[in-house]
Formats: sequence, structure tokens, C-alpha cells
Amino acid sequence: MVPLYDYDICNTLSAGRCSLLVETLRTFNASKIREDFPILKREVNGNKLVYFDNAATSQKPTVVIEAIASYYRQYNANIHRGIHKLAEEATLAYEEAREKTARLTNAAHTEEIIFVRNATEGINLVANSWGKDNIGKGDKIVITIMEHHSNIVPWQLLAQRTGAEVVFIEITEDGMLRQEQLEQAIDHKTKLVAVAHASNVLGTINSVNAIGRIAHRQGALFLVDAAQSIPHMKVDVAEIDCDFMAFSGHKMMGPTGIGILYGKKKHLEEMPPFLGGGEMIKEVHTTGASWNELPYKFEAGTPDIAGAIGLGAAIDYLNTLGIGNIHDHEQELTSYALNKMSAVKGIKIYGPRSSKDRVGVISFNLGDIHAHDLASILDEEGIAIRSGHHCAQPLMEFIGVPAMARISFYAYNTEEEVDRFIEALEVARKVFNL
Amino acid sequence: MSSDIYKDIILDYYRNPRNFGELPNADIRVKDANPLCGDVIEMQLKVKEGRVEDIRFQGKGCAISQASASMLTEAVKGKTLDETKALGKQDILNLLGIDPGPTRIKCALLGLKVMKLAVYGYLGQSVGDEVKQLV
Repeated sequence: MVPLYDYDICNTLSAGRCSLLVETLRTFNASKIREDFPILKREVNGNKLVYFDNAATSQKPTVVIEAIASYYRQYNANIHRGIHKLAEEATLAYEEAREKTARLTNAAHTEEIIFVRNATEGINLVANSWGKDNIGKGDKIVITIMEHHSNIVPWQLLAQRTGAEVVFIEITEDGMLRQEQLEQAIDHKTKLVAVAHASNVLGTINSVNAIGRIAHRQGALFLVDAAQSIPHMKVDVAEIDCDFMAFSGHKMMGPTGIGILYGKKKHLEEMPPFLGGGEMIKEVHTTGASWNELPYKFEAGTPDIAGAIGLGAAIDYLNTLGIGNIHDHEQELTSYALNKMSAVKGIKIYGPRSSKDRVGVISFNLGDIHAHDLASILDEEGIAIRSGHHCAQPLMEFIGVPAMARISFYAYNTEEEVDRFIEALEVARKVFNL
Repeated sequence: MSSDIYKDIILDYYRNPRNFGELPNADIRVKDANPLCGDVIEMQLKVKEGRVEDIRFQGKGCAISQASASMLTEAVKGKTLDETKALGKQDILNLLGIDPGPTRIKCALLGLKVMKLAVYGYLGQSVGDEVKQLV
């Protein structure tokens, strides 16, 4: 496959021509990118598919699908323990995916990247392993009202086991975290602050660098749920200075079943294993066992080898497009959509007013149409959106609505698709006699 | 599923639900939710001589779940508990007058599930898997 946006081409050009070329390439061509995604060619209910459910899961480019198929076709083997050629190739590809992830996140050490199933499992790993030794009665775990259930329930379970308290930071009308509450709630009793980098409902990008500083000032550790940010913007664990970060491969053009937990080496080294079994041990005797080194201590059993290799291919592809270009494209699209949507009669849009404070996620309600009904009508038009509580029931309760409809963008979405979506909203208004 | 489901009668039941609200002195009240979408229905029944003497429902959710629950309350009022227990998926489809399709059928059946839970609960009978699996 020939990469469409390979900036390496600059190496073969003079500096002047290169900047010109980069300028041209900056007009990010989403229609060209669409050609890399076979699924985008399909029709739904007789209409060309408009896929606006990227915050739930992204579509996969051919390079990712082929990387997975090629592993199974050509070098399927279990990793690390095999001596034979296939095992060597599989191990290499699996470990390369870890290195690619370390570079993407700017982790200081490759072994700080732990492969898990998804962001949820990464957070549960921290809650169970780190939480076991570091959380006790009277301790505080500070999270926010805009968290996904995956960054709420593991802490509630931990709090139930230990007698700790989970404290929620609230939001303003605009869907921004209440700064004064952050300063107040994070105190000397706080052992952990766990925050979404970007909200899966409001799209809000939280100021994680600043929140991390507050946490560290009080001696608390800082965990970032990057599931909604890392597919769409540059995320640097060194710059954020977080102690842990979790995210999922399938939201960043990779396959389902593979996720990442990043952890600072000093913490991971001190933490006990999460799951026991093969791969995670150094020695096992009838009297007990000792643990393998990082990252293997946290990767018990045969992992999702194909998933990791697929994620590696997805990271290569994202780098080819340029994560900054993706972010710029989605900013433009979000701003375009927010403008068009604001003009629809009876619409209520949630979250920050400016696209600058958001990833490409827009939740809304239209008149008295329930989000599920809206999603059904849009599906009829071939437009895939999300509806419901978005696994964020505390946020729904806080805002005071039972459900919301949500659109969410990725690199391959276009303004024409937004136009079709706006037309479909008018269809919905007609169906409901609004 | 087609937008045809949202015919006037369903929108009318959604916006002006019949038998909606509190039933004072209800003999039994049961509330259940569809965990996947968050739709909630509560049924309240007054039973006299083995018949549903009065009924009210409350809830939150999509047009299909709320309209079908409301239509169901009208359909069971005055019916015997045995007749109510015997109601099934097809009866709900008949009430709606249209099949909402595989992704939305659970919305249509939430009211029926809660109604059955209420009747079985009133009779002190245990509920079979057939009812639990409705939604």
C-alpha cells in the first residue's frame, strides 16, 4: 500500500519545495482517506453510509485488516516461548507494536506499555493491583461527573472493598470542570485523581496537565483515561506527567480486544500482579511463585497477538496521516457541524460552545424526540449515530436528561456528510410533526 | 425498521399517554429498566376478583416504549389475570399495528415485561425465563 500522506517524501525534496508540499498536504483530503476504508463504500437502507459513531468504535483501514490477516496467514504462533521461526516472527511483531505505542505516547520506557483488552481493563488493573496496597479507609479517590462508567465503577468497587470515598468533580453549564472544586476536593487525603482526557459525551478536552499538577502537589497519583483523546490528538505521557494512562485500540482504527495501560515504571514495579497464569511468572514451585519482569508481569496468558499487531498497523497509519492533521480536520468539521446544528429549530446541544475545547464529539437532543427514535430515523437515512446514556449515567443525571443523541467524527468524515445529517434532522422533525 | 413506525397514533400515545401517572392504593407496583438504553417503565395495578380493576404506568424512554406501554394498559384493563399473563409479543405488535424490527423490538416489549412481572408478583408466582428474556 502506498501511503497517501507520507511526509518522508520531504527527505527527497529541497527544503523550499518541501514546505510547499506540506502546505498543499495540509489541506487534509478526507475523501481520499475514505478510499482506505472498505466499509465506507457500503450502503445502509439504500443510502450511502454516514458513519458518525466513531466515539463508540472507529472503522478500520485496509492496512489494519491486512496486518491481522497476514499474521494469521503467514506467521501465526504463540509468542515469547517458542523457539521456531514463526514464534520468532510473531514475537517480533507483537513487541514492535509495543514499541510503536511507546513512541506514540512518548513513554520513557517500552516496558511501561502493558497490553490489556481495552481501557476498561487497564483501569481495573490499576484499581485492583495498585489499589490493593495503596487505598485504605478514609482515603479519597477524586474523579469527575463526566467520566465513562469504566472510570467510575472500578473505583466504586475499590471504595466498597476498602472504605475509601469516591468524590465527583462537577461541571459548569458549558460542560467544563469546575476549577474551584478541583482545588478543594483534591486534598491530603486524596490518593488518586482519575480523569478523562476527553469526555465521550460532551467532547470536553480537560486540562489534564494542570489537574495532574494539583494531584501531585497533594501527593496523589494521577490516572488519565485517554480513550477519547489519543485517537484524535497528540497525547504525551511525559508532558501530562500522568502516573497511569489507559486507552483502547479499537477507537484508534485498530481492532477490538486490544487496549493499553501505560504506567510509570516505578509504580508498575512495586505493584503486585493483576491476573496470575502463564507468561507473568519467573518461576513457579509447589510452594509459590515469583513474578516476571515488566511488562510481562501484567500480561498473564496468551495475549491478543493479532490485536496488538493490528494496533501497530493502526499507529503506523495514524502517523502517516499525521495526528495533528487529523485533529485540525476534526476541529474544522466540529466547528462546521456546531454552526449548522445551532440553526436547527428545537435543538439542544450539550458541552463546550467552542470547538477548540472539544474533540469531535457532539451530543444533543431535538425537541421531544427521544434519542433512540432519532437514531432510528437517521438509520433509515443511512446515518449511524449513538443514542442513550453513553455509559455515563451520573452525567445524564447531573444534566437532568434520560438520554442524548451523539455524533462523533474521525479523519474520514466530511462536510457533505454533516450536510446529509442536518437534512436527516429535518426529516426527523417532520416525522415527529415538530 | 422504518420511519413508518412513527405514525400519528404512536406519536399521540407518546405525547398524551393514557393511564399515565400514580395509582393510589395500588395492590402491586413493579418497575424495570432496559439496561442497554435506560428506558424505564413502572406498572401499578389494582386487582379485584381476579381482574385488573385499574392500572397506571409511569416511565421515561423512547416513543415506542412509552406508547406500547400505554396501549398495553388500555388493553389489560378489565381483563383477568390469566388473560393478562397469556399476552405475548404478537399482541404488542397488533396493538402497535407495525413491527418495529429487531433492534427496537425490546423497546416495544419493555411494558409487557413489567406488566407480567407485576401480575406474577401479585400472584406470588415465580417468573419463568420466557418473561425475563423479553427484554
